[in-house]
Amino acid sequence: MIIFTVLSVIFIVGGLFFFTTATIGLLRFPDFYTRLHATGKGDTLAVFLSLIGIAIYEGITLTGLKILLIALFMFLAQPTATHAISRAGIRSGYKHWTRKDGTK
Amino acid sequence: MVFRKEDIIVSTIARILIPFIQLYALYVIMHGHYSPGGGFQGGVILGASMVLLLLTRGHDEAKYKIPENMVITLSSIGVLIYAGIGFLCILLLGNFLDYSKLAVLLHVDPAHARSLGILGVEIGVGFAVMAVMYSIFLDISTGGVLPEDEEPEEGTEA
Repeated sequence: MIIFTVLSVIFIVGGLFFFTTATIGLLRFPDFYTRLHATGKGDTLAVFLSLIGIAIYEGITLTGLKILLIALFMFLAQPTATHAISRAGIRSGYKHWTRKDGTK
Repeated sequence: MVFRKEDIIVSTIARILIPFIQLYALYVIMHGHYSPGGGFQGGVILGASMVLLLLTRGHDEAKYKIPENMVITLSSIGVLIYAGIGFLCILLLGNFLDYSKLAVLLHVDPAHARSLGILGVEIGVGFAVMAVMYSIFLDISTGGVLPEDEEPEEGTEA
């Protein structure tokens, strides 16, 4: 079915786009929390979209079901890990970034 | 800012995920002899689920659910299963870990006995790796001294 292939390519390209934006955020943002903000959200959505695309390409098989389960568990685990890392940053007293002249 | 000792988001998600992690570890161990995986990988995943419980619930609850004595005993039992199957093959006039000799005991043909023998060894390796992983993490995170070991010493000094 050509339409499922096209749909899966659209999903995977969307996933790659969010991977790219998350990486740009990781490289360009100034401090710990803003980088976590970029990668935490961006990578979660990117992994989710990529896995959905692969699952659509695979069709309704056992492998497709396993891929969907991976997507579900990634969707649970990744924001939690981001939350735990940022919380550990705050607890260890890591200061957030401000401009040099003091204005927020 | 005031922080509680355990975070509700992390502990809830860990409570949901730990059974699935352990189920996946059993899957990896059971499929070890004809697909990627096996005793070492499955044991590490099982150990990681126990480390996650220790990280999210703290030592007080973890030492209640997974006592240290049990962990040390389990690591010895894993080595015992592995070596026991190996020496059983020697007793049945084969080489060490020559699983095809187990066919006499299991009442199956030698090829099937080989598969079952590898599965038994993988289970032993899984036990040992899981217990040693958790034991190493416990030693690192406490510096070798568990919290309940410290309290009587402080009491006697004071």
